[in-house]
Amino acid sequence: MTSELLVFLVLSLVAIASALGMLFSRNAIYSALFLVLNFVTVAVFYLTLGAPFIAMSQITVYAGAIMVLFLFVIMLLGAERMTAPNALPWQRPLAFLLAITLTVESVYLILTRAKPDTVIAAPDAATNSMESLREMAMTLFDKFLLPFEVTSILLLAAMVGAIVLAKKERAGSKS
Amino acid sequence: MHLEPIYSLAPLLVFAPLTGLLLNLLFGRRWSETVVGAVASLASGVTFVVSVLLTYALAAGGGETVRAPLAQWIHVGSLQLDWTFRVDSLSTTMMLVVSGVGTLIHIYAIGYMREDVRFKHQEGRFARFFIFLNLFIAAMMILVSGDSYLTLFVGWEGVGLCSFLLIGFWFEMDTLGRPSWANSDAAKKAFVANRIGDFGFLIAAFLMFWNFGSLQFDDVFLGASSLSAINSPLTVAITLFLLLGVAGKSAQIPLYVWLPDAMAGPTPVSALIHAATMVTAGVYLVARSAPMYAAAPAAQYLVAMTGAVTALFAATIAVGQYDIKKVLAYSTVSQLGFMVAAVGMGAYVAGMFHLVTHAFFKALLFLSAGSVILGLERGHHHLAHAHHEVKKSKKKEVKSHEEHEETFDPGDMRNMGGLRSSMPVTFWLYIVGALALAGIFPFAGFWSKDEILLDARLHFPAVYWLLTIAAFFTAFYMGRQIWMVFFGKSRTEAAARAEESPKVMTVPLMVLAALSVLGGGLNLPFKGFHQLGHWLEYTLGKIEFPPFDLTVAGVSTLLALTAIFISWLLYGRTPLEAGQPDPLKKPLGFLFTGMENKWFVDEGYFAVIINPFKKLSQFLADIIDWRFWHDFVHDTVILGTYNWLSAIALDRYADQKGIDAFANWLGAATRWISQTIRKAQNGFVRSYALAVTLGVVVILGYLILK
Amino acid sequence: MISVNYYVILSAILFAIGALGVLIRRNPLIIFMSIELMLNAANLAFVAFGRSWEIAKGEAFFNGQIFVFFVIAVAAAEVAVGLALIVEIFKTKKNINIDEMNTLKG
Repeated sequence: MTSELLVFLVLSLVAIASALGMLFSRNAIYSALFLVLNFVTVAVFYLTLGAPFIAMSQITVYAGAIMVLFLFVIMLLGAERMTAPNALPWQRPLAFLLAITLTVESVYLILTRAKPDTVIAAPDAATNSMESLREMAMTLFDKFLLPFEVTSILLLAAMVGAIVLAKKERAGSKS
Repeated sequence: MHLEPIYSLAPLLVFAPLTGLLLNLLFGRRWSETVVGAVASLASGVTFVVSVLLTYALAAGGGETVRAPLAQWIHVGSLQLDWTFRVDSLSTTMMLVVSGVGTLIHIYAIGYMREDVRFKHQEGRFARFFIFLNLFIAAMMILVSGDSYLTLFVGWEGVGLCSFLLIGFWFEMDTLGRPSWANSDAAKKAFVANRIGDFGFLIAAFLMFWNFGSLQFDDVFLGASSLSAINSPLTVAITLFLLLGVAGKSAQIPLYVWLPDAMAGPTPVSALIHAATMVTAGVYLVARSAPMYAAAPAAQYLVAMTGAVTALFAATIAVGQYDIKKVLAYSTVSQLGFMVAAVGMGAYVAGMFHLVTHAFFKALLFLSAGSVILGLERGHHHLAHAHHEVKKSKKKEVKSHEEHEETFDPGDMRNMGGLRSSMPVTFWLYIVGALALAGIFPFAGFWSKDEILLDARLHFPAVYWLLTIAAFFTAFYMGRQIWMVFFGKSRTEAAARAEESPKVMTVPLMVLAALSVLGGGLNLPFKGFHQLGHWLEYTLGKIEFPPFDLTVAGVSTLLALTAIFISWLLYGRTPLEAGQPDPLKKPLGFLFTGMENKWFVDEGYFAVIINPFKKLSQFLADIIDWRFWHDFVHDTVILGTYNWLSAIALDRYADQKGIDAFANWLGAATRWISQTIRKAQNGFVRSYALAVTLGVVVILGYLILK
Repeated sequence: MISVNYYVILSAILFAIGALGVLIRRNPLIIFMSIELMLNAANLAFVAFGRSWEIAKGEAFFNGQIFVFFVIAVAAAEVAVGLALIVEIFKTKKNINIDEMNTLKG
């Protein structure tokens, strides 16, 4: 058992555990924190996969910005706990059954059908160099320029939408 | 001398008034009344000028009939009709009368209508009146200038339409301006009576086309002359059907009843259409069809008798009338009888001569009567104003004045009297017209009437006596009218305050008065003075002119003078007092009652024709159409059978058991399915998500098992 | 030796957990987090496959990473709008129980 595999297994356990923690926490704040942990773990996976830029984005954008937003909303609404009784009691066992089936099916499919089973080598210095990052940027702003710009429009639209939704309706400007 | 350019002006006869009409139609609402009237009068004046030019060209060209084609009209099979203007001495005579008198009446109407629309509070209708008047001139020109019976018929119907429109000009009121349908009823009566005549005209036209293959005048006459026999059934039939048309249009027995009611129209209309021009169309038609009538002496005799009887009959009614315009209306019917009798006797020159002079003096009389009525109306207006002032101080009188206002009739001669001093111009003009109508030497009426009587004495003694008696009555009712209207004392306050009419009305009257005096000069019964006769010879062929007969002239003049003297005895010596019954009532008794009530002809028509007709219509509508046809045949027989059949055969088995059942089953099934499925739509997002996940699982399972 | 399949299996497990979260939780905020988790799982698979391709070809290959980059951007937009919606719903209903938002009931 190599050290790489060991690290991978440990990290996988952390990721799954944090995901389950997110899932089963009674308190929404704990859920959010578990999710942050999960995101950070995934970011480490990105590093092992030779994607340092994505890893950094993951931490800053996901684990940082987005989750802060979540926490902010949870605290703003005071919606940490749901007290109302479950309206769909029969859904829970069914959902577990489905989730487990889904996992089993996917794992089975991956193990039996995915080929070739490439071995993931640890990233070398070249992969993690600034040169690599530059090349990636070149690809992003050249080959994927149009999607990139469309993304910017998408973000703008989301921003405007969020503002319109969240802003208090001023008296007299009923539309 | 090139006359072609002048003949090419002929279409202007129709298009000049049409242009005036269009201008007023488009801009009449924006223009002032003076401009509207000027445009209309100018349009009519252009027609007159063209008529004069055509007459001149015709005379210069030796009187040969000229036919100026304008356009192709109907070319179907053997029917070849063009719109052609026929310029001959007969048609130009009519053109001159129509456009000349018409123009004068246009000018008069500017003044008349200006006040009339104000008295009736309908200022917006001023332009409409002149539009109709121009339309009338155009239609009348089509009538007289037509080269075929069908063209003539177009004009014939056109003038009938204008007559209808103008009689019903104040369609929502009666002659006194009160809200009622009396005026429009009068218009309808005129239209329906004319329709009966038109029916005769059309039958005659069909017969012509059927037998002669054409409707063009010359072709028809050629065809008629080729029938060798005198009084051949065909010619008699055609001419008698034409007579029916004449009776309708020229107000002869039995269709004359519409003309007195036509007085509901504004007075210029009565003068132009119902005295001077349109009603003479029948006389023109007989004169135009002279070759045909010449071949049918039997029909001629009937025409002459119709005219003579009408002349006398209408003259007696005129004696018993109180309305100033009604007297003139019956007088017109009577004078038209003279003309129809004349043309019926074959004395076309005399008939046309009387037509021309009558147009002058009857237009003069009607227009003067209009002036009198307006004068009274003005007086009444002042009176109402004066009372209005009084009303403010004395409120007690209010009621009686309002009643007074409602019932005042400015056309009733019993409301007049003594107008000689307040309306001197109108008075003298009226005197001229009345003397001309009464046939006093040397006025125009004397010469023209005398010529008719002369011809009658030579050929038709019966007609002569009828007409002579009619002439006696004519002089009597005119005398009666003069005494009642202008002499004595005013019988109402309105008459006392009557005012003279403005120049725009009196000047045309003066022209007409001059023509009424001098018109006789057109055709003096002395050798070398038969200008009109020789002029018409171009069209009608050689004409015999009987020598002047002093006996005939003497008898008629003597009778006329006697009649005037009697009327003076009755109405002049001791003027009628307000509220006093007619002095004729006592000596004549029931005879006068008959005259007063138009011999109950209208009532007779109602009893004999109209009411039975209505009853028949009622019967046909209620019993035959509604109960029998609709209720029984349609509802019971057809609908019932159908219903029974469909109920038994189709409805019960095929429809209910088959189609309906299937459709109902479809609906029920859809309902059941949707009711079952809609439970899945429970509104919980999570269960939808569950469904999606289930879908993913199933698809993955499928991929595994594949 | 770490096979690419390990990463993909991990991704599948995380995805299933996220789906389970969507199915069983009633707090929309947590449902959102679960969705983020699922996106994250997908991202992990993207990067893993991209790396696998890179190694197989022996040259630099960034398409997988760039796709993840876009997914992150879209997720950010989605979270912004979604949270705004939740706030708005809370303002009107004083409650954010997802089971009470069932007005689409058929």
